[in-house]
Amino acid sequence: MATLALPRRGPFASTIVRHLTVAVVGGLVLLLLTSSVNAYRDFQIANVGYYVVAVAGLTVLTGLNGQISLGHGALMMVGAYTAALILDRDNPPPLVVVLVLCVVVTAVVGAIVGAAAARLRGPYLAGATLAFAVGLPGLTSHYAGTFGGDNGLSVFTSPPPASLGVDFPSERWQAWITLAAALVTLVLLANLASSRVGRSFRAVRDDEVSAELAGIHVARTQVLAFVVSAACAGLAGGLLAVVSGQATPGAFSVALSLAILAGAVLGGLGSLAGAVYGAVALVALPAISSNASERFDFGTDVKSNMPLLVYGALLVIVMLVAPQGLQGGVRRLAGLLRGRSPAQPARNESVTEVSVTEPEG
Amino acid sequence: MTSRSTKARLQLIAAGAALALAAACGGSSGGGGGDDKASAPGVTATTVTIGSHQPLTGPAAPGYSEIAPAAEAMFKYINESGGIHGRSIEYKYKDDGYNPANTVDVVKQLVLQDKVFAIFNGLGTPTHSKVTDYLNQARVPDLFVASGARLWDDPKKHPYTFGWQPDYLIEGKVLGKYIKDNLAGKKVGYLYQNDDFGKDGIAGLDSQLDAAQVVDKQPYETSQLSQPTGIAPQLSSLKAKGAEVVVSFSIPAATAVALLTNAKIGYKPQMVVSNVGSDPTTLTGLLGTFSKGAVGAALLNGIVTDRYLPAPSDTADPWITLFKKIHDKYIPSLPFDGNVEYGMAAAYTFAQALNAAGENPTRQSLVDAVEKGGFKGPGFTPFRFSEDSHAGYTGMLITTLDGKGGSTKLGDAFVTTNDPSAAIEPAPADAQGKPGDDAFLKP
Amino acid sequence: MSRFLSVTLSGLAGGMIYAAVALSLVLIWRATRVLNFAQGAMAMFTTYLAYYVLDHDGSYWLAFAVALLSGLLLGAFVERVLVRPVESGPHLNAVVVTLGIFIFLQGLAGLLFGGRFRSFPTTFSNKNYNVGDVSTLSPFEIFVISSVGLVAVLLFALFQYTDVGLRMRAAAFEGEIARMLGVRVGQMLTLGWALAAVAGSLAGILVAPSVFLHPNNMDGVFVFGFTAAVIGGLDSPVGAIIGGLGIGVLLSYVASYAGGDLQTLAALGVLVFILMVKPSGLFSSTATRRV
Repeated sequence: MATLALPRRGPFASTIVRHLTVAVVGGLVLLLLTSSVNAYRDFQIANVGYYVVAVAGLTVLTGLNGQISLGHGALMMVGAYTAALILDRDNPPPLVVVLVLCVVVTAVVGAIVGAAAARLRGPYLAGATLAFAVGLPGLTSHYAGTFGGDNGLSVFTSPPPASLGVDFPSERWQAWITLAAALVTLVLLANLASSRVGRSFRAVRDDEVSAELAGIHVARTQVLAFVVSAACAGLAGGLLAVVSGQATPGAFSVALSLAILAGAVLGGLGSLAGAVYGAVALVALPAISSNASERFDFGTDVKSNMPLLVYGALLVIVMLVAPQGLQGGVRRLAGLLRGRSPAQPARNESVTEVSVTEPEG
Repeated sequence: MTSRSTKARLQLIAAGAALALAAACGGSSGGGGGDDKASAPGVTATTVTIGSHQPLTGPAAPGYSEIAPAAEAMFKYINESGGIHGRSIEYKYKDDGYNPANTVDVVKQLVLQDKVFAIFNGLGTPTHSKVTDYLNQARVPDLFVASGARLWDDPKKHPYTFGWQPDYLIEGKVLGKYIKDNLAGKKVGYLYQNDDFGKDGIAGLDSQLDAAQVVDKQPYETSQLSQPTGIAPQLSSLKAKGAEVVVSFSIPAATAVALLTNAKIGYKPQMVVSNVGSDPTTLTGLLGTFSKGAVGAALLNGIVTDRYLPAPSDTADPWITLFKKIHDKYIPSLPFDGNVEYGMAAAYTFAQALNAAGENPTRQSLVDAVEKGGFKGPGFTPFRFSEDSHAGYTGMLITTLDGKGGSTKLGDAFVTTNDPSAAIEPAPADAQGKPGDDAFLKP
Repeated sequence: MSRFLSVTLSGLAGGMIYAAVALSLVLIWRATRVLNFAQGAMAMFTTYLAYYVLDHDGSYWLAFAVALLSGLLLGAFVERVLVRPVESGPHLNAVVVTLGIFIFLQGLAGLLFGGRFRSFPTTFSNKNYNVGDVSTLSPFEIFVISSVGLVAVLLFALFQYTDVGLRMRAAAFEGEIARMLGVRVGQMLTLGWALAAVAGSLAGILVAPSVFLHPNNMDGVFVFGFTAAVIGGLDSPVGAIIGGLGIGVLLSYVASYAGGDLQTLAALGVLVFILMVKPSGLFSSTATRRV
């Protein structure tokens, strides 16, 4: 693995160039991957793509800036309904424009939520964002005329461009869309994390008083982190709407908010690579649980509930076995492969992991 | 500086590799095809594989999670006596937890990976309405959706999708006609679920009842059912407005909560309950063998409802005898209730359609067979299936519950359409079939 | 006016259930600084155990005792075996562990008892007394109010007036100092969880007659119980009770005078309003810093 290391001299000295290089390499790998699997796998990968965007956004907020959110499912809902309402027109704008609008609208909502959240800490922030996640879907029922009530809205998903051929699976096209969005998001967030803004996020997280003394406006920084995170959630929601062809309250329950948080922690909080692992886990763990259960000839009640039971157990086991998340597990494994004794990471380190590039000097 | 930043980048690449890994070790390869006798995806010389999405877990699971196992039991019974044209029906139903995003996921898995021949009895309006476009684009037959919404009868837009049960608007019309004919002059109040189910139901009622007769309309949210105060505010309002008849378009849990609340606040209207919310076995279970204070199953006494299938308590009906036999053999741990009957009856219609689709069925021949129609089974009314209509059962009859789990028919079945102005007419007398009419189903 | 009184009383009776859930969350938060998302599912599961007793011809009171006792054991087990080992890691790990337990228990309940609705007895009549033209409370609701009240008073007495209570408070607030003074801190934290789970199980068995018993039956109650705990202040048992009653009355008013679809939005609005004025809830004394 070490041979893959990019030199820090020459053209790779620039942070942005390094991040872009990784993104291009990653994109090529994913292009090969998506082209070599069946259409359902492509669909699962498309799901991973929007989960990456959402989990990465949350890991910046919670891991980098220290603000918890149990309301990201509701923010995704804002993005999804934005996409659904725009795409419902006769001549909808191109998808890129739609997704940008999802980002903008959700960022505005995120600014409002963030302004309220900046006054709150810890469990109070958790409670307020949870109430947001529970309350927001109520709007769809109250304004059923616009939002379609419990049935929500169907989203017409545009087919792959004709240039790709008639038989090109639309699931692969959708995977490309969400993966491209995920790569762009990761590059932007990695650059943000290594910028002055990212440092101020961490400073506020580590010690608000010191940050204030260092001239950082704490509340403003917290609102900014919320806006960035909400923008990601909005993009993820818009992508979900496009991939699964819908915006429905049932798809954005509290369970989704909790799943996004679980993804961030499972992957390794504060790490963008961890966000990728977490997103993969969110798609893979339920699939693995249900595939495993299908191999046995259980009775009716057992067959129905076994996947749920296995999924819950896996969440607990991962936390017991890999307290630093999957990212921490990978890091230890990499250390072992290099023949080094895996230094037990200090408790704080995992949180700063996203500092992919500390400033030179 | 250490190589931390490069390490982080490596980890990003490793994360990409994790994606590949997850994709590679995700599970089984696609089944189906590759056989000489394979006339269509999911069809082999000996099997036909079909799939479904069902709420097996989550808030919608109670009750509804019995439907798919019951359908599967019917298929197993048919398979044991030789199947359909020598093929056994394999039924793969997957849990979507009533989450429409999961519905899309499991349906794509069934179609793309498991390569099922058709989707059968997918449950729920918010859920199934998110896969009809996809299934029709992919030309996968989408038979007998388990929902009474009006969305499934649109042959031009969705030529592969078919409903099965009578829709809620029809039901509202038939119940409304009963009230108009038999409870004239009484003040009527509506209690209805605040979604398509309830709104279609009251649209049907409104087409029959004089607006002056209706004194209160109370919508409820399903989320209220998981709170201790329940739907007491709605019933208090109906009581305060003096409604002597309460028509309830409610799911069973809401019906039970309404009956318990009525007992609690001392309110005794004539209850008229939609078919969905009036299954006596389910309600008897909900009202409890434990309950003290003169509540319990006795609360069901005198409730007026409608049904399009024989009552599970009607042991004189040959269909019920057969269903009970299948139940006792394959799914004895489930209660023998309306959900189980529903699953078996729908599965039987599917078997009829597959039988009519010919020796070597194709997706098109299955759809053609349903459009040709003419299936007779346990239902009291004919199906409306034709090239121009993908609606299922067309009406129902009125019954009254006796508080001991049984019910009594109040007259014969009516048929109508979901056009509010269309007439409500008596159903043909020979609409119901007999077990054994089809050779593949031995009574 | 008579309707207003009925609506208020019915809201208070429901509010006592939220209060019990909030109380259990507050006790766990005070003991270990963990938000226990599994609390609702744990209460659901112990109610199933009570149901099992009833189904095998046990008496209501035996079932009641089984629910509370199994809650005690389950709470202790979860803290000692599942939560304690992750406490040394990043502290959101404990949240994910409780989420995992939540999902696991729902699966387990469905697997063991089936996903059907079960009725659950009220033991006392659930017919309202009428005072004049006001439909007031039923005997069962009076039992709900008094049993939750009794448990709250007992817990308060335990914390304030007993040696164990003092040691539990010391372990929760000043773990290191308490340890130096010879308090078995670990045991005290386990006991805190166990007692908290008893309050949760009480809520479970009291709400089951209204919402029926099924694997998700506590989800809605848990969310509003959590809201109540946050409104009251997570360090304050008194706040939990008042928060619970407040939420109960609010939800009852909204459903009666505005519409059931606005309940969750109204709860959100009130929660945000209160937290904007008092960012640590109404009755909390200590500021909280952790995520």
